Amino acid sequence: MTTELRELPYLQETPFTADHCLKCNICTQACPVVSVTDLFPGPKTVGPQAQRFRDPDLPSPDRSVEYCSGCGICTLVCPHGVRVMEINAQAKAKLAEARGFSLRDWILGHNAWWGVLGTLFAPLLNRLFRFKPFRWLVEKTLGISARAAFPTWAGYTFRSWWRKRERRRVVPADNSRPVVVYYHGCSTNSYEPHIGKLAVQILEHNGFRVIVPPQACCGLPLQSNGMFAEARRFARKNVHALADYARRGIPIVGTASSCIMALKSDYEHVLGMHDADTKALASGVYDFCEFLWHLHQQGKLKTDFRPVSAFPLEVRALIGDSIVPYHAPCQLKAHGIGRPALDLLDLIPELRAIEMDAECCGIAGTYGYKAEKRQIAEDVGAPLFRRIRESGARLAICDTETCRWHIAQMSGARVVHPIELLAYAYGIAPEQPAII
Amino acid sequence: MRAQTSLSCDVLVIGGGATGAGVLFDLAQRGLRAILTEQNDVATGTSGRYHGLLHSGGRYAVRDPESARECIEENWIVRRIAPHTIEDTGGWFAAFPPDDPSYIPLWLAGCKAVGIPTEPLSIAQALREEPHLNPGAYAIYRVPDAACDSFELIHTLIEAAAALGAITLNYHRVCAIEKAGGKVIGALLENRRTGALVRVHADAIVNAAGPWAGEVAKLAGADIRMTHDRGVMVAMNVRWVNTIINRLAPPGDGDILVPVGTVCVIGTTSVVVERPDDLDIPAAEVTQMLDAGEIMIPEFRKARALRAWAGVRPLYDPPQKREGEADGGEDGRYITRSFRTLSHADVGAAGMLSIVGGKLTTYRRMAEQICDEVCAYLKVQAPCRTAETPLPKPTWLGGGRGKLHVLSHRLHQLEHAPRHDNLICECEIVTRDQLEAAIRASGEGVSLDDLRRDLRLGMGPCQAGFCGYRAAGVLSEVAHLSPERAIQALAAFIGERFRGNRPLLWGHQLRQALLDEMIYRRSLGVPALQAQVQAAAS
Repeated sequence: MTTELRELPYLQETPFTADHCLKCNICTQACPVVSVTDLFPGPKTVGPQAQRFRDPDLPSPDRSVEYCSGCGICTLVCPHGVRVMEINAQAKAKLAEARGFSLRDWILGHNAWWGVLGTLFAPLLNRLFRFKPFRWLVEKTLGISARAAFPTWAGYTFRSWWRKRERRRVVPADNSRPVVVYYHGCSTNSYEPHIGKLAVQILEHNGFRVIVPPQACCGLPLQSNGMFAEARRFARKNVHALADYARRGIPIVGTASSCIMALKSDYEHVLGMHDADTKALASGVYDFCEFLWHLHQQGKLKTDFRPVSAFPLEVRALIGDSIVPYHAPCQLKAHGIGRPALDLLDLIPELRAIEMDAECCGIAGTYGYKAEKRQIAEDVGAPLFRRIRESGARLAICDTETCRWHIAQMSGARVVHPIELLAYAYGIAPEQPAII
Repeated sequence: MRAQTSLSCDVLVIGGGATGAGVLFDLAQRGLRAILTEQNDVATGTSGRYHGLLHSGGRYAVRDPESARECIEENWIVRRIAPHTIEDTGGWFAAFPPDDPSYIPLWLAGCKAVGIPTEPLSIAQALREEPHLNPGAYAIYRVPDAACDSFELIHTLIEAAAALGAITLNYHRVCAIEKAGGKVIGALLENRRTGALVRVHADAIVNAAGPWAGEVAKLAGADIRMTHDRGVMVAMNVRWVNTIINRLAPPGDGDILVPVGTVCVIGTTSVVVERPDDLDIPAAEVTQMLDAGEIMIPEFRKARALRAWAGVRPLYDPPQKREGEADGGEDGRYITRSFRTLSHADVGAAGMLSIVGGKLTTYRRMAEQICDEVCAYLKVQAPCRTAETPLPKPTWLGGGRGKLHVLSHRLHQLEHAPRHDNLICECEIVTRDQLEAAIRASGEGVSLDDLRRDLRLGMGPCQAGFCGYRAAGVLSEVAHLSPERAIQALAAFIGERFRGNRPLLWGHQLRQALLDEMIYRRSLGVPALQAQVQAAAS
């Protein structure tokens, strides 16, 4: 692994960016974790500074870097181009390589498998994971927090729905339509297939022909847990499956902002894959809302949006007279694309989606599922949860899945993906109730 | 002249570099009462301004085999007695396209003759170990070079000597050497901080003043013709290599690249200068070093150059050469790196001995030889035991017997420190606890620059931009400085840090300097405060 990280000109590599650090502390000031715990010395300390003391041929002695949640705000705010989060991710991987990883981290890293396997036993597992003594046992034995929000297995996968739908297609696909590749990610596949269905329907409503080629987990959970070798295996599968579309100018869009960020940036800057195919894929992937907003800017997005008053009664009741709080996840901010979801939601008449302007919800993928980090995850998100509660809103919006589950659990609001509201506005009925 | 204080000892050692500190420890270990006087802080002269290389001797194997033999023999000894000051990086001699291949057999024969082990290395293997190395290298040999932290080595020697009763007087300048009846009887020192005079009665004096050896000898009426050979070095923010790289070519400018702690240092130039304190850093010499770096590491100058500095080699071209000693010449490059001891009995200063030439690598042997001569003069029978005695780590570095130093050492220390929030120098990882301990160990009048040499405070990328004011605060608290003295301490430190930054103001280091300037000039108003303090004082 070490040799792989070094196979390129050093100037293009993540560790070299530590050379740009001016010690200005902007990253430390912006870090959501450092302000709530003394266990984390801060992004500058564990990032560009500690990097100067890491011998490439020896394991790093600083375990405190494991308290970096990987949210990436540091990299985003650095005015000098230091890839702080990426430096930390690589340091964590070296630690994992040297010390081995825990069973817990291995389990959390492989959620791609559990999603699909669990589908077969969905009713049983869903009940089991809501059974408190079981969760207590899991925390005591594995270190997975009993307080963390667990997703619900849908009982079927998005891919099985898609296959069935393609089989049932009576009219052959309209080849004159522009093509879009949909990248669903693991969570949509196993826990929230309705998001994938809505994504397909919204794209088709806008005149696209959607294709869903075979694809793998983005590898982010493995990467976050330091299992780079395996994360790269997943990454290569995706590059192999999707780079060709990107080269042909076919956009690849995804509803999971973090997974899309992995394809867009992490493969190169965290996993150290600098090959031409990886770069081609990176240049051709879009966050779902980013893609729609691009369409709108080109005048190509359908804007036949109904006002909120024309939404189904249950949804209207949920929104009431309230604003709808919107939280931009860190991984979405890291795209550097602004707030396309908010821009799109502004097009829906009568909808008052307001950004909560909070730093981070705290969950950071698998971070907040770890028992020793659970309190940090709750404390980081506390201002966000408080603002949502104080707004009186019963419905909130967020682009990424673990953030949605975490915010919902901690704030008591229902939290949906922005495209669920877009679908209502388009009058696209989900094949099964999404919000309600 | 009347002195306010009077001290007496067997031997007075002049000069607080590696040699003087080595002499002090050697004398103390032989049971002699010794005092060391240093005009500045210890390790401020040539020893504190070197590139950090514990020579294998390979550099001198062809032209100067005598020095090469001394280097390899002492290399093994220093590793054994002061491992905590050594990072065992290993070294390579590598021939690059501009280098003449006909030098290689000469060099190999030279190494073999003096006992320097060499091991050929394939280019492919070399590039695996050092991926940034110029792939055009055509011959590479491993040698037992190592990186050595001279600040730690000297502090270690001083503290070990102190434990045996030896005294070190920092910031004391020798004003006069006192003689009577054809021999030296002591010296008059001036405390440069207080102006107080100190008389030291001594039966013998060792002049280990490095480039100032000529000036000191003059005080005794003796004449030593030193050659002051100035070398410029540049520290890069990126540790481009983890192995020391030497050009496999006759000694030349910028032919050594040393990974030292978090940086790597390219050195050096060689320019004969008039004065021992000519520490100018001409821009052309900085450029020359960066060009030389690019021959070894093609992307060398794309990293931030952190700091440039100059040191003056105290070279002595002996009128009579020994066998195997370089035969000198116009250029300082070819004067032998071996050393000589000189007696000054001929000018009525019996008991005063000067030690000139040599290398940091051979400090112990130089000390041994001159201490033998001192003992002979004093008619003391005491064998040298420094080659067998491991040196304890200084107490503020944790004390105890050391292991070889590794790069991640400070990260490891910080990880196990009781608190994370007490970092003072973030770049070099210096904690408040370490700083306070060093201040207490140093006693009155300690400057921030002295603490820098103790701890590497302010030596990282921001060049004291962030730690300077913090350290000044801690210093003023622990040493009970008045606000005026605290401001002066800070201004002096920042001024000195900026001096080595000035020749490198481009790219990121320029941005850094501007940020630092904003902090000190605009936010803290240090120059204005300093002006006020000076106005009030006058």
